[in-house]
This record gives sequence, structure tokens and C-alpha cells, in this order.
Amino acid sequence: MTTVNFKIWRGDKTAGDFQDYQTQVTEGMVVLDAVHQIQSESANDLACRWNCKAGKCGSCSAEVNGMPRLMCMTRLNDMDLSKSITIEPMRAFPPIKDLVTDVSHNYRAKKKIKPFKPRKPDNADGSWNMQQQDVERVQEFRKCIECYLCQDVCHVLRDHHKHDEFIGPRFFVYVAALEMHPLDETDRLPELKETQGIGYCNITKCCTKVCPEHITITDNAIIPLKERVADEFYDPVKKVIRRLFGLAKPNHKS
Amino acid sequence: MTDVETVEHDVLIIGAGGAGLRAAIEASGAGVSVGLVCKSLLGKAHTVMAEGGMAAAMANVDERDSWRTHFADTMRGGYYLNNWRMAQIHAQQAPDRVRELEAWGAVFDRTPAGKINQRNFGGHAHPRLAHVGDRTGLEMIRTLQDHGIHQGIDVHMECTVTRLLKDGERVAGAFGYSRELGKFMVFKAKAVVMATGGIGRAYKVTSNSWEYTGDGQTLAYDAGAELIDMEFVQFHPTGMVWPPSVRGILVTEGVRGEGGILKNSHGDRFMFRDIPDNYKSSTADTPEEGWRYVTKTDIDARRPPELLTRDHVARCIRREVREGRGSPHGGAFLDIAWIKEKIPNAEEHIKKKLPSMYHQFKELAGIDITKEPMEVGPTTHYVMGGIRVDGETQMTAVPGLYAAGECAAGLHGANRLGGNSLSDLIVFGKLAGEHAAAFAKQRATVSVSEAEVKQAQSDALSPLDSSRATLVGGAYQVQYELQELMQDKVGIVRTEAEMLEAIDAIELLKEKAQSVSAPGNRQYNPGWHTALDLKNLLTVSEAVARSAVRRRESRGAHTRDDFPEKDDNYSAFNFIVRKGPDGEMQVTQEPIPEMPSELRQIIEDHK
Repeated sequence: MTTVNFKIWRGDKTAGDFQDYQTQVTEGMVVLDAVHQIQSESANDLACRWNCKAGKCGSCSAEVNGMPRLMCMTRLNDMDLSKSITIEPMRAFPPIKDLVTDVSHNYRAKKKIKPFKPRKPDNADGSWNMQQQDVERVQEFRKCIECYLCQDVCHVLRDHHKHDEFIGPRFFVYVAALEMHPLDETDRLPELKETQGIGYCNITKCCTKVCPEHITITDNAIIPLKERVADEFYDPVKKVIRRLFGLAKPNHKS
Repeated sequence: MTDVETVEHDVLIIGAGGAGLRAAIEASGAGVSVGLVCKSLLGKAHTVMAEGGMAAAMANVDERDSWRTHFADTMRGGYYLNNWRMAQIHAQQAPDRVRELEAWGAVFDRTPAGKINQRNFGGHAHPRLAHVGDRTGLEMIRTLQDHGIHQGIDVHMECTVTRLLKDGERVAGAFGYSRELGKFMVFKAKAVVMATGGIGRAYKVTSNSWEYTGDGQTLAYDAGAELIDMEFVQFHPTGMVWPPSVRGILVTEGVRGEGGILKNSHGDRFMFRDIPDNYKSSTADTPEEGWRYVTKTDIDARRPPELLTRDHVARCIRREVREGRGSPHGGAFLDIAWIKEKIPNAEEHIKKKLPSMYHQFKELAGIDITKEPMEVGPTTHYVMGGIRVDGETQMTAVPGLYAAGECAAGLHGANRLGGNSLSDLIVFGKLAGEHAAAFAKQRATVSVSEAEVKQAQSDALSPLDSSRATLVGGAYQVQYELQELMQDKVGIVRTEAEMLEAIDAIELLKEKAQSVSAPGNRQYNPGWHTALDLKNLLTVSEAVARSAVRRRESRGAHTRDDFPEKDDNYSAFNFIVRKGPDGEMQVTQEPIPEMPSELRQIIEDHK
């Protein structure tokens, strides 16, 4: 058991600063345990989000010693406890209070994406046949727990504040899961190019690095989507054919 | 009414897990306006933590399965205290509800023939759980959420309801506060659906999150609804036990479904030693037979004893620990790594089938489950009891008030089978939404009394009164005391004397709760919130203790040291909790309605 100093950002949308709190750290504790302990011992009104405490709900995202982390999955005995541990809210989103940020951008971004629309069922009972290997890529994307750490670390949002023009890595993963769903029949490429800002991503892979679910966001979701957009809108041969035959824009899924 | 924002919906749904979301989708589809109140952010509700799967007799893996077998399994698992009509509806409708999720975008694991795959689970005669690895709850909530946001539902996130409002006998809406600014809200509604989940935070060792404070049960009880079967709290046999900070976190039954075995410190597979009579004919005689069952290589093989019902497995682990054969930190060993003796690529197989368990133990306990056994022990997981509802419509005793999911009761009787919870959410969430919408369509608008809102407002503000005596630790301390009390005295094994002590202690804690003060202001203040939760936790704790005292037998999840045997005199009754005229809690014993002969026949046929 050691006493450890935690510097926790306290404040709201107008102002805030780090405050020091000491608490005892015992074997196996995670950062969220320390926050709870401090909350019950000395800061009853310290605001933080959490639910499952097992890395499944994606609520307790914060920046621990400057790194975007789930507090419930960050073990203290992996850290140097002789120095203060800093805990601050995600910086890509406006602060509400203490460690709680306004993540409503994410809910608005998702709502703009065209929903899933399956082809007609294969069987009379309304079911479909799909092979496991055909759903595996989509299942990787559907592991996402919506912690928004990928959004937090993405410079397009964090530094350039393009929240209105760029849906961010989380929602490229979401679009990829829909586009690569074996049953889906909707085309989402025009919006991806025009209003959802896939062109802003310059593949720095920061999102992939921080994903607690280890989804290969850049390689498996964003790059294939960029390729599909390029194929659809920038392929010169296709452009000529389209002009010659006056065809409507073909659906890449047909 | 200054400082209060009023919104109006035809149907108000309180709770946004699987049941609440499914109810909202159904009600909205019926053409009424719907408000959905979430205690946390949308998509973070407790459903997200469900792991193993949802039970539905689709017969994709074993064609012998049918709704009848699912019905019989559910009734046997619940020791026949279940609401048989709910058990029937559940078994009949679950397959359609699961297929509907696929139509809304869920991506289940597949069988070689390309159908939705189904896995073995405790108490289910056939592989029945549709699943996605060990993150089925995430798949369910995300599917419902992503479908629901396009259905015109008004979502009120991070909003806590502290009181139901009434217009005469009818429910008229709810009062609550929105956490971001601490602003008070009045939701006027012609019908209200409670879908608030469970009560696990009344216990010290629990797999439940901070949200699970018995809100729906208490709000409904205070509004005149009845609670039923509250003595039945499920202790899941396998929670993590080490390190201390993760004690209670769930280890999915799917580990055992995939071949995981339980051992004591002597290396003895102790589950083979104690098999209840009513499961003897369906349990494997040898480890080899159990393995053939798990791997589905022999359709006549019977299930290994690790897949007996949760109440039984929890008691067996507790016995091993008490008799000195526990693991170093007071649990039993759960071993999945051993399957490497049986199959090639065992490591890959485990990571594929149980990815979040692998991750959870690796990150939180430093254990590689593909190489070493896990240490596990019982953890408070689920409450079978809850708000009493009509089996077909999900309406409570209060006109216009409905309940679905964990906060409602009836389906599971004395013990819930794993996998029946997720299917419960979608089957009865849909029915509650459908009937609430129909009720709202037929009824005139409601009016909300200003006096009632004023009272609700002053009750909610009272913990912020700085003139109150400041208790050391405040609301958190009272919550810890209650959790210790319930764990010690109304836990896995109970006695009359201890429960009576607990009831007295709860009275004292009620007084303490009345006087806790929360520092800070109304904006996103967890101390204030904890103070408001106390009333709910204390109410459900009292209901559990008072019902448990009355059931002088051991049955399902309710185990009495002073009455260790099942007593047939109690097999025909449920215990009902109501609020008396002077506000006191009353418990009465009511007979279970007689089962129709065709359902009785199904049970006989499956014995």
C-alpha cells in the first residue's frame, strides 16, 4: 500500500485547473478505483462517467498522464507511482464538469449516417444465410464500445475542430461496418466524400493506437473506404464511360 | 413551477437498455410520441455487459429444440414459481425477436450452414443461445440503439427519475433531473414503461454498475404497484475474485459452455460430486461424456455438471471455499486452458470464442486464460423478483404503468437460466411498448398536480441543504454500510435471525439517509446523486429481506441455513410486497394461478 498523489482536472466549461488529491493505492487497483476512492473520501462532487468497470461500455474515457485511456482498464501498478498521476477529461470535446465532457457531437454524427437496410430475406422465416468468414470483418468493427478515444486523439477533431465536416474515426468504422455488411444494400459513398470528410484523414493511425478494443481502424476500415471513394469518384476510366454512356452513377454494391 | 422544464409524450420509457429501447421502438412504430429517459448516455446501459447470449429455440444447431423444451427448461430452472404464461410467451416469441435483431443489423456468429449459431448454457437442454463471441449484450444494445435513433424517439440522456406522477389512480408521468445542469424535468405521459434494470448495488460483491439501485422497483412501489418474488436474488457462480478492485466482475457462463471446468485446490472436479435429483437424468456421468456434449460431437451426450443452474453452482463453490478447498483468494478454479489436451489450436479457439474474457483477465488480473485457470466466486448478478405485471400486457397494478426487463418479474421464478435475460428484454420490451402505446391511444390527456411536482422538487433538493448534519463520508458511507449489511445478512445463505437484524439495521440506515448532505451544487454532482439513490436501495433491500424471511425453505437462489430443504408447501405461492396505507411495507403470500393442462403436460413430457 502506497499513498499516491493524483492531479485531477476540476472545472467546467468556463474555467478549470488541476487539483491534488492523495489516496492509498492497493494491489490491482485501476485509475477508476482511485477516482472513486477520492470521490468518497475527499471530493464527493467530483464528476466522472463510468458504468461497467470492465472495459465493455466505454464510459470512463479520460486522459491519464496525457494518454487517452479507459480509466477502468488502466492499472496503477503499471505506472510510476512515485510521481503524480494526472487525470484530465478528453480534450477533443467541450468540458461539462471535471472529467465529464460533452460528447453529443458523436450522437449527431451517427444520426447523419444512413441506417442499415438489408436485402430481402433468404428464407421464409425472415432469416438470411451468411458464412462466418463473410461476417468476420464486420464483427471486428462491431466490437467498438463507443468510448470515443479515437475521436479524442484524432488531430482533425482535436486540433482543427472540424466537428461539423468530419465524422471521425469512430464513425468511419461505423460506416465500414455497414458498407461491408453482407446484407446491406445502401450506398454511403457520396456522403462519405462530400459531408463526412473522409478526405481529411491522412492516415496517421493515432486512432488505431489508442483503441482499447484493438480494432485496426485505419487499415481495415478507413483505408478501404478511401479506396472505395477514390474508385467511385476519381477513376478516370469510369468517368469516361459514364460520360460516354450517360449512365447514372453506378451503385458500387450492385 | 419555475426552474422546471416540462415535456410531453404519449408514452414515456424509463430506462434505455435492451427492454427500454425495444419498448421505445415498438411504441414509436405504433404511431405515438415516445420519450426515452436514460440514466447514463445512450448505449451504455447494463445490457452492454451481457456476455453469453440470448436464449431462443430456433433449433439451428440441434433440430430437436422447440419452444416447448425452452418453456419446460425455464420452468424447471425457476422451480415452478414462474408466471407460466410469461414463460410460454417468452419461449414462443424469442426466436422471432432474435431474427428481428438480425434484420436490424445484428451480426451473430454463424453455423457452418450459415445460420445464427447457438451455444450451450446452464439449464438449457439444447444449444440455444444466439451469440456474438462473449459480447452479445453489446451487439444487442448497439443494434437497438442504431435502429432506434431513426424511429423518431426523443432521447433524454443522463437524466434520473426520482418520482412517478399520478393523476388519480392513473400514472401521469415522471419527475426527474437532467444531470448536465442539474435541471428539473417533468415528463407528462399517458403511459409509462419502467425498464430500469436491477438492484445489484445493494450488495458489496456485484457484477452490476452504479446504475443498478432499484429505481424502477421503488418508483413503481411508491406509486402503488406490487413487487413479487423479491427474495430471489441471483448470485452468479463465476465473478472475478482477485485483485480486490475487480472482485465481482462477471466471468461469463460461456466459459463453461465452451468446455471450462471447475476445480478446487485439490485439483478435484467437485461439481461431479453433487448433482440435484431433478437434473440427474440429464447430467453427464463422466468428464468424457461432458466433453462430447460441449463439443456437440454426440447428440446423446448429457451436459457436464458445470452447466447445472446458477444457484446450484454458486452454492457448490461456496461449499468448497468454506470447507477449506478454495483457491488462494477464496474462490474456485475455472479452467478453460485444459482444452488444449483435447483440441489443436486451443489458444486461438479460446481467444476467438471468449475474446473479452481473455482481455479482461489479461488486463485486470495479469492472467492468460489460455494458459492458466481463473479464480472465480459468486457475485450478485440479477434479481428474479421485481415489479408484478400482467403476463400478456406487462401492465402493473397502476393503470398506464408498465414494466419490462429485469425490473419486472415473473418469467424467471426462483432462479433465472443464463441467456433468458437478453431474450426477456426483447420479448417483453416489445409487448410493453405495444400495450403502452395502445393504452395511450385510447386515453385522454393527463394532468400533473403542481403540488406533487413541488413536493418532488423539495425532496430532490433536500440532500443539498447545507444546514444538514454532515456525516463523515456522506451518502457514499451509507451506501457502503448497506452493501456490507446485505452481503453479510441477506446474502447467498440466509437465516431468520440475521435477516431480522438486517431489517432493523435498514431502519437505522433510513434515518441516516434522511440526513446525509451532499456538498457541491446541482451540476453533475455524483454525491448528490448517490444521496438520491439511497432511498431506492433501502426500499429494495427491505423488500428482499422481508420477503426472504417469509419463505421458510430453500429454493432456487434463496438458500436458508435454518430451512435447508425445499418445502412443497411453498411451491404454490409467491410473496407480494405492497406499500400499506401508512407507508409501511406489507408482505403477503398469494397462490400461483393454476397452470392449463397443456402446459402441465409439456412439463411432464420433459421431466
